[in-house]
Amino acid sequence: MNDIKILAIESSCDETAASVVKNGRTILSNVISSQIDIHTLYGGVVPEIASRKHIERINQVIRRALAEADTTLDDLDAIAVTYGPGLVGALLVGVAEAKAIAYAKKLPLIGVHHIEGHVAANYIEHPDLEPPFLCLIVSGGHTHLVVVKDYGEFEILGRTRDDAAGEAFDKVARAIGLGYPGGPKIDKAAKEGNSCAIGFPRGKVGDSTYDFTFSGLKSAVLNYLNHAEMTCQPVNTADVAASFQQSVVDVLVEHTMNAAKELNMKKVAIAGGVAANTALRTAMEEACKKRKITFYRPSPIFCTDNAAMIGCAGYYEYLKGTRHGWDLNAVPNLKLGERG
Amino acid sequence: MKILAFDSSGMTATVAYLQDETLVCEYTVNYKKTHSQTLLPMLDEVVKTLGLDLESIDAIAVAKGPGSFTGLRIGSATVKGLALALDKPVIPVSTLDALAYNLCGHQGIVCPIMDARRNQVYTGVYRFEGLDLKTVREPSAMGLEELIAVLDRIGEPTVFLGDGVPVYREKIDREMNTGHTFAPPHLAMQRAGSVASLGAVLASCGIMQTADEHVPEYLRVSQAERERAERIRREGQ
Repeated sequence: MNDIKILAIESSCDETAASVVKNGRTILSNVISSQIDIHTLYGGVVPEIASRKHIERINQVIRRALAEADTTLDDLDAIAVTYGPGLVGALLVGVAEAKAIAYAKKLPLIGVHHIEGHVAANYIEHPDLEPPFLCLIVSGGHTHLVVVKDYGEFEILGRTRDDAAGEAFDKVARAIGLGYPGGPKIDKAAKEGNSCAIGFPRGKVGDSTYDFTFSGLKSAVLNYLNHAEMTCQPVNTADVAASFQQSVVDVLVEHTMNAAKELNMKKVAIAGGVAANTALRTAMEEACKKRKITFYRPSPIFCTDNAAMIGCAGYYEYLKGTRHGWDLNAVPNLKLGERG
Repeated sequence: MKILAFDSSGMTATVAYLQDETLVCEYTVNYKKTHSQTLLPMLDEVVKTLGLDLESIDAIAVAKGPGSFTGLRIGSATVKGLALALDKPVIPVSTLDALAYNLCGHQGIVCPIMDARRNQVYTGVYRFEGLDLKTVREPSAMGLEELIAVLDRIGEPTVFLGDGVPVYREKIDREMNTGHTFAPPHLAMQRAGSVASLGAVLASCGIMQTADEHVPEYLRVSQAERERAERIRREGQ
C-alpha cells in the first residue's frame, strides 16, 4: 500500500500548529507556534488577539511543517483541520486556510474534532494501541470519561457537570497568585508542597458514577483562602496547590478505575492538556499497575494542543471515507462523536 | 494580467475574476453573513462557470480591511491559503478604497462609510482626478459627527456609500449642511470587481506582498488591548 501523507492544521485556541503525518502514526513534523507570552499579559486567552496571531503566523507554520517533513503540497493525500470545538474566530482561520489549500491543490478535506485529536495523540507513540480502550480526556474545556469503541467512535460514560478540570486549575492558580497558565504552574508549585496538608473535598455527583464536578472544590479553595486572610493566617501556596491538585487527581483516577473494573477494560489512556500533569500521570500509572491494566499516555508535547494529533485522527477519518465539502464551517460547540 | 479578487469584509461576500481590461466574472451575495460557508463554494462556482485553471492566474487581490474582524480573517485566510498553494502574490486593497472605486470617475467627494459599531464608522474621503482615485483623508475609524464636520469643511457635493448608509442616512440628512446623495443599490456595497480593478492599478505600481506577509488591516486594536492600554495610562497618572 502507498504511504498516506496528511497535512494537519490546528488553530482552535492559542497555538497555531501544523504537522505532516504519514500513515496516521509517523510524525514527519510537528510545528507549534505558541501565543502564551501574549495572553499571559491578560491573565488568559483573549479570543480576538488569538485570532489575529493565528492569521499572522499560519502560513509560516505550515511552510515550516512541510519543510521539516521534507514534503511539498504535491506529495500530500489530504488536508485535515480542526473545525471544533474551540474559539470560533480562532478556528475559522485554520478552517479557511485548510479549505483554500485543499481546494487549490484538489486534495480531500477532512474536518477533525479537536478532542478526538487529543485521544488520537495516544496512537502516535504507542504503535500497539488500538480500540477498544478507556480514555480520560482532561483539558481546559473538557473532562470526559469515554470508551473509545473504534477509531472515531466514542461512548461517553461521564463528563463534568460544571468546570472542566483544566478550568479549575486556572481559577485556583489565579486565586493563589500563580497566574496563567494555571496547569503547569500548579503542577510545579505542588512539588514543593504537602498534598495532605489541607483536606479539600472530593467532588461527587450524587446520581452518577462517572460524572465529575469541580466547582465545589474550587469554592472550598477560595473559602480556605478567604478564611486565612480574615484570620490573618499565613497561606502556604505550595500546600494549597498540592492539596487542591491531589483532590482533582483522586477523583479522576477513582472514576477511571471504577469504569475500568465495571467494564472490564484492560487498556486505559489519558488525553488533553491536563494529561501533562505529572501528579495525574504518576497516580494513574500506579493505579493501573496495581490492577494489571496497561496504561497509555502521550508525551507532554502531544498532550498540549498540536496538529500531529489532528493528522493522526484525520488519517483514520480518511480511511473511513470522511470528506468535508467546501462549505465546512467552524463549530465552536461541536460535541464529542458528533459529525458536523 | 489575470486577477482573482475577494471581499468578505462586511455583509457582502464577493468574488471576481479580471482578465486585463475585462471583468470576466463577478459573483456577489449580500444576504446573511455566513462567509465561512459561502466564500469557497462561490469561488468554486466561478471556477466551474469559467473552466478556470487557478494555476493560470497572476495574482490574488483581497479587501484587506477595515471591516468585520472575523469577515476580514475569513477572506485573508482564504487568500493566504490559495496564494501559498498556487505560489501567487497577494494584492492588498483597502476595503474603503475599493468601495470608493465603485464610483470611479465621479465628480465631487466620494465617502464610503462602514458601520464600525461603538458609534463609529470606518471611513475615508476620496475624489477622482479623471479615473484616478485620490485620497483626501486616509481611512480611519471616527464618529459620524466628526466625519460630517470634515465634509462640511471641504464643502463639496458628497456621495455616500457602504453599509453605514442604512444606519446613518437620516442622521446625515439631518446634520450635514453640504449637499449630498447616496449611491444607488448596485454601487453601494463591496464588489470584488472593484477590488480586482483597483488591484490591477496597485499591482502595476508594484504594490504586492507575499502570501505569508499578508495580514488584515483592522484600523482598530482589540477591546482587550484597548482596555489594557487605558489601564496602564491611568495607573501611570
